Amino acid sequence: MRTERPVFLSLSPNKFHWPITALASIAHRLTGVGLFVGISFLLWLLDLALSSEGGFVEAGRVMNLPLAKLGVIFILANLVYHLLAGIRHMLMDIHVGGSFEAASLSAWIVFALSTIAVAAIGAWLW
Amino acid sequence: MVTNVTSLTRSGLADFLVQRVTAVIIALYAICVFGFFLANPDMSHGELKGYFGSTSMKLFSTVTVLATVAHAWIGMWTIGTDYIRQHYFGEHATTFRLFYQCGYLLVLFLYTSWALPLFWGL
Repeated sequence: MRTERPVFLSLSPNKFHWPITALASIAHRLTGVGLFVGISFLLWLLDLALSSEGGFVEAGRVMNLPLAKLGVIFILANLVYHLLAGIRHMLMDIHVGGSFEAASLSAWIVFALSTIAVAAIGAWLW
Repeated sequence: MVTNVTSLTRSGLADFLVQRVTAVIIALYAICVFGFFLANPDMSHGELKGYFGSTSMKLFSTVTVLATVAHAWIGMWTIGTDYIRQHYFGEHATTFRLFYQCGYLLVLFLYTSWALPLFWGL
């Protein structure tokens, strides 16, 4: 009788956890979509600020609204992460940090640097 | 099966290259503009207009707008073809994906026709 039976690998959510590299990848996509949408608000603000002296003052007033501030910080957070993750990608393109260990480490570094940068941007804009 | 007729260049390798070249352009522009805002916390309307209104910045802005269109086209196409397919969306996935593709192309067209006159009208 065969004792080695096929092993069922349960990938249910409580058994399987996303490796950090997968989270870095999906975050790169989500921030890309975030920028696709968010750029409209930045463009609107720039358009307003450039339109006239009055528009410039109006844009400053908008930027003083807590919700607008949070919105701009959120969009810049998307930009910072997308930029850093993009640099990580292009380093991998030239075969820097391609192993799983190195990619895991660099994913953590990208998340950490993004957090620091977003905190700094938040402190600056708030 | 998903074919690549709606991708930007119809070639994965060319898309790959365009995605990276445009990424560098957008990154440089973002850093320049961010640096300008960081260096001028108390800027006036005239200073802002003067910065974006210079010929070099008009050209840089234009190149970046076009780079963004190409970059977003490739990025949104990639995401669409990865997720909007029959496995997840059933038999109408192709129809849905075509509408999605038309949607982001329309948005990119609107962004372009908004941003370019904005910069060149300064």
